[in-house]
Amino acid sequence: MSRSGVLVGGSILGNRVLRKEDPKFLTVGGKYVDDLLDESLLAGALHVTYARSTVAHGNIRSIDTSDAASMPGIVAVFTGADLGLTPQPATFNPMVARSALAMDKVRYVGEPIVAIISETREQGEDAAEMVIVDYDILEALTDIEKALTSSIHIYESCGSNAVFDTTALGMPDNTGDAFFEGCEVVVKQRVLNQRVAPCPLEVRGAAVAWVDGRLYQWLSTQHAQGARDSIAAANGLEASQVRVITPDVGGGFGAKIGSYPEEQLLGRLSKEVGKPLRWRETRSESMMALGHGRAQVQYLTIGGTRDGHVTAYQMHVLQDCGAWFDMGAILAPFMTRPMSSGVYAIPKIECRTTSVITNTTPVVAYRGAGRPEATAAIERAMDLFAAEIGMDAAEVRRKNLIPKFDEPHTTVIGQTYDVGDYEVALDKALTAANYKDLRAEQARRRSAVDVKQLGIGVSVYVEITGGVPPMGETAKVEITDDGRAVVYTGTSPHGQGHATAWSMLTSEQTGIPMDNIELVWGDTDLVPSGGGTMGSRSLQQGGVAVFKVAGQVVDKAKAVAARLLEANEEDIVLDRDRGAFHVAGTPAVAKTWAELAVASKAEGGLKHEEMHSVSGATFPFGAHVSVVEVDTETGKVSLLKQIACDDAGKVLNPLLLDGQIHGGVAQGAAQALLEEVRYDADGNPVTSNLADYAFISAAEMPDIQVVHMETPTFVNPLGVKGIGESGTIGSTPAVQSAVVDALAHLGIRHIDMPCTPMRVWEALHGRK
Amino acid sequence: MIPAPFDYKRASSAAEAISIVSQYGDDAKFLAGGHSLLPLMKLRLAQPAVLVDIARVNDLSYIRDAGDHIAIGALTRHTELERSSLLQQHIPLLSHAASHVGDPQVRHRGTLGGSIAHADPASDLPATTLALGATYVAQGPNGTRQIAASDFYKGFLESALSADEMLTEIRVPKMDGAGWSFQKFNRRAQDWAIVGVAAWRKGSNAGVALVNMGSTPILASSVNQAIAQGASVEDAARLASSEAEPQDDMNASADYRRHLASVLVRRALEQSSR
Amino acid sequence: MKVSMKVNGVSRDGDVEPRTLLVQYVREHLGLTGTNIGCDTSSCGACTVHVNGESVKSCTMLAVQADGCDVVTIEGLAQGGEMHPMQKAFMENHGLQCGYCTPGMVMAAISILKENPSPSEEDVRIGLEGNLCRCTGYHNIVKSVLAAAKS
Repeated sequence: MSRSGVLVGGSILGNRVLRKEDPKFLTVGGKYVDDLLDESLLAGALHVTYARSTVAHGNIRSIDTSDAASMPGIVAVFTGADLGLTPQPATFNPMVARSALAMDKVRYVGEPIVAIISETREQGEDAAEMVIVDYDILEALTDIEKALTSSIHIYESCGSNAVFDTTALGMPDNTGDAFFEGCEVVVKQRVLNQRVAPCPLEVRGAAVAWVDGRLYQWLSTQHAQGARDSIAAANGLEASQVRVITPDVGGGFGAKIGSYPEEQLLGRLSKEVGKPLRWRETRSESMMALGHGRAQVQYLTIGGTRDGHVTAYQMHVLQDCGAWFDMGAILAPFMTRPMSSGVYAIPKIECRTTSVITNTTPVVAYRGAGRPEATAAIERAMDLFAAEIGMDAAEVRRKNLIPKFDEPHTTVIGQTYDVGDYEVALDKALTAANYKDLRAEQARRRSAVDVKQLGIGVSVYVEITGGVPPMGETAKVEITDDGRAVVYTGTSPHGQGHATAWSMLTSEQTGIPMDNIELVWGDTDLVPSGGGTMGSRSLQQGGVAVFKVAGQVVDKAKAVAARLLEANEEDIVLDRDRGAFHVAGTPAVAKTWAELAVASKAEGGLKHEEMHSVSGATFPFGAHVSVVEVDTETGKVSLLKQIACDDAGKVLNPLLLDGQIHGGVAQGAAQALLEEVRYDADGNPVTSNLADYAFISAAEMPDIQVVHMETPTFVNPLGVKGIGESGTIGSTPAVQSAVVDALAHLGIRHIDMPCTPMRVWEALHGRK
Repeated sequence: MIPAPFDYKRASSAAEAISIVSQYGDDAKFLAGGHSLLPLMKLRLAQPAVLVDIARVNDLSYIRDAGDHIAIGALTRHTELERSSLLQQHIPLLSHAASHVGDPQVRHRGTLGGSIAHADPASDLPATTLALGATYVAQGPNGTRQIAASDFYKGFLESALSADEMLTEIRVPKMDGAGWSFQKFNRRAQDWAIVGVAAWRKGSNAGVALVNMGSTPILASSVNQAIAQGASVEDAARLASSEAEPQDDMNASADYRRHLASVLVRRALEQSSR
Repeated sequence: MKVSMKVNGVSRDGDVEPRTLLVQYVREHLGLTGTNIGCDTSSCGACTVHVNGESVKSCTMLAVQADGCDVVTIEGLAQGGEMHPMQKAFMENHGLQCGYCTPGMVMAAISILKENPSPSEEDVRIGLEGNLCRCTGYHNIVKSVLAAAKS
């Protein structure tokens, strides 16, 4: 096995390498699922449109599809009854079951009820309007606290809308106020981590065709292998009978990890009409039926000493599941709770989580998936504690940080972190922000009673990446007869730049130039095993696997070269600059990759494939500083500066790293200031397009100042962690904190997100 | 996402357009830049049976010095208003307000006439031309007529135009020597105003109008009169909502809107008074 | 209805329904799938093309409205295999990640510079108010546009 992890000069690793993917995206554009117009297997494809519920909670009395079916160009219309669908249990809670098309009951506005097959997409949209559904309207439970205690059960068989609770897993319930006995200071706060919409620029889409008895499905997904399995199960097929192909994907952010009923049904629909099918939702549909994110209500209590030490912290988290037991339901217990301690050495922590079904869009993973919520909670609690004892926000954090550790550290809630150096991250961020000058400017504006006040927010965070199964990734590296490398990976890039990054890793090991390396992903016939791209796992698992397997191919090549050069294997060296193998000391007589590949044909080719496991998750960390200006007359908040110091271990490509941080910071700031999914009293979504939903634009964002920090992890030989979600995790609490800080001198202690102008104004005027 | 089906006709003159629309009555709509109408049609909130495209009607796109006012053809696009040196010189409030409509792509297509005829109280240019005391020229099957902006807006998306009338010209008095201000308060730069204020002031003459403070653009007459009577900016601004009927919506309560209106009117008057 | 327009320098004829949007015409009838659809409220700008030299959201224009016009899409920028300076700037500054907003973003950016060849950073940010991106946080997009302005 080649020595790895030595990243010194002369290595491509650690360098700012431009993306080889870009010329295509910039000149002809990516080929997303709706762009596959030339795919011969989809020739003659019809279009699928779903008619959806306009009612948040209701029993279906009747569905009349006759008008729709008689519209021009309509080939077929199906209800769940037409297809003989039956309720299928949720993966994580079999008491919760639903059919892919609603049959007896609807539980959220946007739930699919009828599938329409048409010749053109327009005709499908025309026909969907003509479907008539008669509902017995039931009370819509969109408020999580109401749904928790309501005797109206959204899934009757559950006996409650609380469908998951840590106490049911045997974890202890919280012990109430007694937990804080002995604390000189105790602060309580109900905190909202509001529901947001992931809003990838590309909405969901798919296409299907039956090919020689197998179901081919092109899918905009983050995880082709997982989708293959769920689509196979939904269609009563073996996994081997399904092939999922991932085209270019226009963003996922967690919402495209799992497959959805609309996607799972396509194979069946295609069989019914005997034609390939295309499906693409509209943005308005996507806002209602692509999974949502966050949606927690957190009851926090923090206690400690007057001189600034936190001695106890208690959380009860209500996790809104929406109208289904999707991935969102398990984020609070399995992501938020374990990370509840954050970067702090808190000696006593208890955390109970309760997941509650509501008549809203199902909640799924969304950039950070449970960890932003944990960080936002502890950071809010630290600020409240600081305000109570009159201590500076940065100082109170510094007092409570877990000291630097390069051996695993276990927090009192039971999570073990790999390595951390939190105080240095905090110092770097404060220095970059010119913290002292900012406080001085803030003080000046306060004494001058400026209309525009300055707010400074500080956050310090740690997060868990690569922590969900499979704990490892498959890679295959194959050398072609002309000396190129084809790399097969189980990751699934949708903007992260794996084609460039995995080429860097392969080139580093093999000496094959970047342009001669091709990456294959997302096609389950070519890569049957893989964990997809989510949870910031790709580099530390997928990239490391590529690096190792490339090294293993080098070893195999050495053996072949030794044979051809009639030398001992241990005397063979790889000259990476030339991409050629020779006997040490005799560089003139060398074998190229191409020659070795040809020579290996008899043995099945020069390649290697292996699943490389990792021993555990990694824990990137950092500190963010946000500077805002609050117009105290109007409540408007302007973001002036965002500083992000994020440590994700060794940096493979700073270009890609910074890009991930920038994107994360913008999404995090957007949650703190602008974005919120809202429902009216009847459960109708009122933010269901991009005009009403405040998706942040360039005009609201400032420059983002990235401060680099690298503390390698021991968990993998490259020393790398995941960066994909850190920007979001660190920025949201820093921005919220800055807004509250701008008004702290006026006695304001808390403003729930999003800190819209009206919310700020209401806080200023004591209204609620 | 895709409009309901409709018939499309293209007119090369105002008379032709009016004649076609007259045939179809309420079933037909004029199409200029399309950036008010097409978004509604794509969400199927509007489903006209016939669209009459007037974008290529001859000679309805111009900005001309007409002595005491500037005459603007109804098909003049926002981007042209924004860049017009004639407007920048004589009616800077209008060219500036035009630069705030939507985003650059919208401004390349949207027209002044289209925006005014659409009569959305949340649009910037109806309120701005109202503040400036504009006169709108309408042409219908029975000839042309001039409608004062203050008589034009009847209700939410409802104007004094009948279904077969179209705007041909907007006449805006020059404001040489006046101070002015355009205050657009929104969540994001591309959004409609939560509350907006268009204001000009010359001595004791002032024109203030409000965006998104009722079912129509609102002429803040009480503010204008107060300034005429010598009130201070602060006192005048307190009357900001006197004529308004602000709505509660997802972005702001009526109370908050009233508060914003008084703050923004005050700021607009301060800026206009320099 | 018949439509005829110049698309990327080439005369193209087509037959469309009146309600066919320009973005649909470009993508489905002409097969130029670089231009993308990201929303249904004219908010996101992913569909931005040039019509008669100006940036336009092709989702808010009917194909019939573009009859006789000069349309340029992302596919029409690079000349003889050589990327347009804006395309180069986006690549050099990592101005794209998933690429979905990119064609519209590039077309909008070119239009900004055409009307304002030396924009400030604020000019660029406001100029891009109608183009949404979820991946990049806009930082590198702004950098790309400013770099293109200098080149």
